Amino acid sequence: MIEARGLRKSFGGFEAVRGIDVEVRRGEAFGFLGPNGAGKSSTMRMVAAVSPVTDGRLRILGLDPAVDGPAIRARIGVCPQEDTLDTELSVRDNLYVYGRYFGMGRREVRERVGELLDFVQLTDKADARVDDLSGGMKRRLTIARSLVNSPELLLLDEPTTGLDPQARHVVWERLFRLKQQGVTLVLTTHYMDEAEQLTDRLVVMDKGLVVAEGSPLQLIREHSTREVAELRFGVAEPGAGHDRHVERVADLAERVEVLPDRLLLYTADGEETLAKVHERGLEPVATLVRRATLEDVFLRLTGRTLVD
Amino acid sequence: MSSPSTSTSTSSAPTSTLRGALRLVDYWATVYRRTWRGSIVSSFITPLLYVLAMGVLLGGFVEADPATLEGATSYLAFVVPGLVAATSMTTVVGEVTYPVMAMVKWNKTYFSMTATPLGVREIALAHLGFVAFRVAVTAAVFLAVTAPFGVYESAPGVLGAFAVQVLLGMAFAVPLYAFAAGLRDETAFSLVFRLGMIPMFLFSGAFFPVANLDAPLEALARATPLWHGVDLTRMLVLGVPDWSMVAVHVAYLLVLVVLGWWWAVRRLTRRMQQ
Repeated sequence: MIEARGLRKSFGGFEAVRGIDVEVRRGEAFGFLGPNGAGKSSTMRMVAAVSPVTDGRLRILGLDPAVDGPAIRARIGVCPQEDTLDTELSVRDNLYVYGRYFGMGRREVRERVGELLDFVQLTDKADARVDDLSGGMKRRLTIARSLVNSPELLLLDEPTTGLDPQARHVVWERLFRLKQQGVTLVLTTHYMDEAEQLTDRLVVMDKGLVVAEGSPLQLIREHSTREVAELRFGVAEPGAGHDRHVERVADLAERVEVLPDRLLLYTADGEETLAKVHERGLEPVATLVRRATLEDVFLRLTGRTLVD
Repeated sequence: MSSPSTSTSTSSAPTSTLRGALRLVDYWATVYRRTWRGSIVSSFITPLLYVLAMGVLLGGFVEADPATLEGATSYLAFVVPGLVAATSMTTVVGEVTYPVMAMVKWNKTYFSMTATPLGVREIALAHLGFVAFRVAVTAAVFLAVTAPFGVYESAPGVLGAFAVQVLLGMAFAVPLYAFAAGLRDETAFSLVFRLGMIPMFLFSGAFFPVANLDAPLEALARATPLWHGVDLTRMLVLGVPDWSMVAVHVAYLLVLVVLGWWWAVRRLTRRMQQ
């Protein structure tokens, strides 16, 4: 569905994407994970055939966006980071006028709008103005809009950024259903839980480059231990932060990461490690043992957390 | 439960810019359906107020020699076609400043449009087509409302003047659309109004013959698009067309439209790719 080789994007002197190779296959859910400014959105805009490629090769559905932009855009759906809905039109009209941009007949669009309102559970809001919808509803409407042309490939840029947890789960559930129906999903996110929930395969991006690629499980297995023991210490005296404890626990874990507010001990068995920490007379004010996540993968690969 | 992915769709790339722009007709029709009442009412009232104040009441004090009135027999007959043309200008300037900024920057509606098979040309053409429709409605209402004042001498001339309003409107709308489409913030619009539109409105021959100005100012007035539109409108409705001047005016206004279109596509393309 998507094939990129040495893909680059520059804005003036700034290189947002610095040569990435990506391949997305039909039917899979593919993710771009990375912090803000990693180059995810710039990549998505090139894949959406709206932003010209600066250098490298890009094919979408086998077509070259520089030549066949309109034909590509006729067959894909785009759910942008900002909703870009027409806030003064009704929910139904937003979908209706959008379907017409694809050259679909009036009757066809009308039927399609009915189906989509049903799919995103907005049928009883059909005549409401977009201004009166909640954030989660607007997002669902934007997703419905991106599906109006029955796309083979759906691009979602930060699909749940800014939503409350409940609204996020509704969006995830709808996206999961689309995936089951065979729609190829490509999404960007800086939430590791979103990437784990939704994607089969993903690339981790940082500073315009792909730093790792694989399934969420693969990445965790390759770049992290199975478990993580988190240690939180009380407010330290000046000049003596919680990093003063690193030396005393360093040999208990494969790796220790120091975050501003806690220590992360990477280990196969978190409980056992924790017990040893206590044996050594350390008394963290709070502890937590958890499975490693993509957040840990990202920390390992870049030395930084995803959400600052 | 519906299955959004399994249904097929007739989605396609447009085969020409015009066909693509026509796909936006339902959008603009939906927008117009929400606003037409207000805009029609103001199209009726504005010309009445202007013609009463400037033509009848102020004009009652004007004792001008008809020889200086460019073919008009009274100040009322002189000022009404000037007001028609000036109103065409102010109508489109309102349509292609803040509303364009809203589409590009505030609501980003254009960005949702370029995610579809439509491109910058189709989007600009449809938006400007809507502006042409707006100025056509305003001009038609203005000409109809002012007809009872008995200043129009030629029926075909009035029809011609109607077409001229659309051309004049586009001569302002297209370049200004290009300007607005690439603009970062809206403060420049107040300069357009204060240094462009208002001086043109007052000094481009709508209210007095430009021959009354000092020579350099007269030359400046004659260089403005509004003067070409005013002169053209006036000679047509008064039934005294000088065909060589008609050709000059039309050519001048067409050049503005064509150059404006080239600039608009260029500027909007650049803006939408950022």
